Amino acid sequence: MSGAPVVRGSSPVAALVERFALVGAWLAVIAGFGIALPGSFLTWQNFAVMFASQAPAALLALALIVPLTCGDYDLSGGATVTLAAVILGVLNVNHQEPIGLALALALAAGVLVGTVNAFFIVYVRIPSLVVTLGTASLVTGFVQWFSDSSTISGLDATFVDWIITKQLFGISYAFYVAVLVALLLWYVFEYTPLGRRMLFVGKGREVARLNGIRVDHVRAGALVASSVLATLAGIVYAGVLGSADPFSGLNFLLPAFAAAFLGATSIKPGRFNAWGTFIAVYFLASGITGLSMFGIPLWVTSAFNGAALIVAVTLSQFARGRVESDLG
Amino acid sequence: MTEPALALRGLAKSFGGARALDGVDLTVGAREIHGLLGHNGSGKSTLVKVLSGYHAPDPGAELRLFGESLRLPMTLVEQRARGLAFVHQNLGLVPQLSVLENMRVADITGGGRPFIDWRAQRRAAAASLRQFGLPIDPDQPVSSLTPVERALVAIVRAFAAIASNRRGRELHGLLVLDEPTPFLARDDVDRLFRLMRQVVSEGASVLFISHDLDEVLEITDRATVLRDGRVAGSFETRQAGRERILELIAGHAPVVGSGRDRGGGVRAPPVARSAEVAFEVRDLAGPLLQPLDLALRRGEIVGLTGLLGSGYERVLHHLFGAAPATRGVLQAGAERIDLPSLVPADAVRAGLAFLPGDRQGASGAGGLAVLDNVLLPDLRRFFGGGRLQWPRMRAHARRLAERHRVRPPDVDMKLASLSGGNAQKVLLAKWLDVGPRLLLLEEPTQGVDVGAREDLWNAIREVAAGGTVVLCASSDLEQLEALCDRVLVFARGRCRAEVGGGSLSKAELLRQCYAAVAA
Repeated sequence: MSGAPVVRGSSPVAALVERFALVGAWLAVIAGFGIALPGSFLTWQNFAVMFASQAPAALLALALIVPLTCGDYDLSGGATVTLAAVILGVLNVNHQEPIGLALALALAAGVLVGTVNAFFIVYVRIPSLVVTLGTASLVTGFVQWFSDSSTISGLDATFVDWIITKQLFGISYAFYVAVLVALLLWYVFEYTPLGRRMLFVGKGREVARLNGIRVDHVRAGALVASSVLATLAGIVYAGVLGSADPFSGLNFLLPAFAAAFLGATSIKPGRFNAWGTFIAVYFLASGITGLSMFGIPLWVTSAFNGAALIVAVTLSQFARGRVESDLG
Repeated sequence: MTEPALALRGLAKSFGGARALDGVDLTVGAREIHGLLGHNGSGKSTLVKVLSGYHAPDPGAELRLFGESLRLPMTLVEQRARGLAFVHQNLGLVPQLSVLENMRVADITGGGRPFIDWRAQRRAAAASLRQFGLPIDPDQPVSSLTPVERALVAIVRAFAAIASNRRGRELHGLLVLDEPTPFLARDDVDRLFRLMRQVVSEGASVLFISHDLDEVLEITDRATVLRDGRVAGSFETRQAGRERILELIAGHAPVVGSGRDRGGGVRAPPVARSAEVAFEVRDLAGPLLQPLDLALRRGEIVGLTGLLGSGYERVLHHLFGAAPATRGVLQAGAERIDLPSLVPADAVRAGLAFLPGDRQGASGAGGLAVLDNVLLPDLRRFFGGGRLQWPRMRAHARRLAERHRVRPPDVDMKLASLSGGNAQKVLLAKWLDVGPRLLLLEEPTQGVDVGAREDLWNAIREVAAGGTVVLCASSDLEQLEALCDRVLVFARGRCRAEVGGGSLSKAELLRQCYAAVAA
């Protein structure tokens, strides 16, 4: 995939198996449900819908791996998704502002949330888990006040068209937004000095500092990038739904984290990586979709996502050789 | 006659092939303060680690505590029950907790009771403090104590842990104090000594490990000197003079084959005194460093040394911005670098490079590949056509690994899975590759095998021959003799002496180290 070193496991074959195990697991899930539900699950229609509807989840998961690579959690990502969606709704629908302005302000809100996170995490030196848990609730509260806790429908038709109606190879553009972001992150992580610096900041903060990396700048930048990508996820989500929902975006956070950690077990085992994350999102989504076609009750989704997160973290811990986590 | 507090016979400990301790006998009498001396690598700290149960000794050693024959290693509970307690150099206090909580930690966290009787705990802590006349409030946090007060609290805690171990009215207790004084000022050392005498007057014995000759001369009844893992001498302190003890620590200076001649002939000729000054350090000071002025010439290798706590290694940290200086300037040609505001990123840009002593935690990322580590300082070289050019990077890393004889020469291996010597070669290669003007080395060959040590020394000599200034902070005097043009000797945060030219030898450095503390 690239010339960057994949740190060697026991044997080349074992390493190859480890790298592509997740892809295999995904194919197995598809095959399993395909055999059980040939008429409904194994249709192009089903996959096209899943690819588009899970694009916001993929974007959020990709957003999270940026600070995770640098050793920081961003729990405010889910709230930021709803923030962006609601800003579009309130400005574009309630205040009749042009969609371009609403989009710009939604992205600006992402910069703001990321900057607040970075200030407290990097400058005041509070653990990222604590800060982003706080900003997540803060943003959620703001979203409820701003939207009056109600879904706003009737977003600009051209915008909705571009996200969900227009298709390439039978899949809505929403999916390709996620593909483009995955490409971008893959490029930054693998092919730029910045990506290498981020890796060192995450794997050894003191090492990075003593090798002349401006650790604080890198961490702050990653947190802002994470929030901006989360707002992009929110924008796509609003487009996919055709409306701005102040609540449901929050549900993306857990599966996104599960996908990020699961992704870190494959492609580049031991590291958060774009394609591993991307595949993991659709692996989890396939599982949920299949289960729901069996008519399994709603609570199973929560249980499935929670279990998936723990299994994913466990697997990624083994991929890293069970060393103490670098995350803080 | 009373039994000695501690009687060790034939204690040995090997690591791989190397014997750290070789047939050591040590006797600490009852109610005696016994000094344990020896330079770096003498086996002093290994002995403490064996006694405290951190290392298991080689079979065959005999240990008697107050006449009772015991087996090593002992657990902490066994040690306490036999009257043995340690105060290690880091003291083992939790700064955020109160003096009371720290003093009573064993009792508070020990199982067996459903709740804690805080009033009884406070009474016990206050009684211990009162017993030794320490005006310390048990409820104040340890973080609010001065360094000496912390040491005193740690010692009182250790004493309290063994105070109940009595045969009849006689206390069976031995306190092992492992370098509790290196960061203390003279007045504070006096307070510590008063407490040690009180502890002895209460009936305990003390094994006092120290670098400081004068302290050992002042406080101990008897002392033992270790050298190269063996006992070099054991004596009544009163009857031994400074010079004799120094001789025991240093051993007889080897007449031929000193480290200087062992470099394989790569060594550059000594730097001419007239060589141009490349760097000038002016008025550099830090929290544990007194003002220092220093002119460094092109191609010079300058050593920094001193005993534990002398602060010599701080010079490197301040020059690189790894730890902020309180004041000082580094003049690099026309460039004037303000040291208090310097950060490592700017230091690197100014052509400085720093190899910290902590290899896996500060110097390199053990979890990442050799390839990642060795190219880190300057990746822009490999960025072309909008992307990092991995084939070129890989080839370059391979060349570096080969040139520096890294074994195995596999750049995809994790840094952590290389041996210490090979990991250090990678980390040195990383900096040499970007051509630093000032190379700061902290213990560059610690825990490194002999072959790798020679390779590292040769690489350092080679870069100096090319004009780079090298500052090498080390307590390994053999290394300083082999490598340096001159060596600065520090004590209590101040540069006390400079050894250079023909007088630069291991024995002379050792003499200066101990003399510097007394000055």
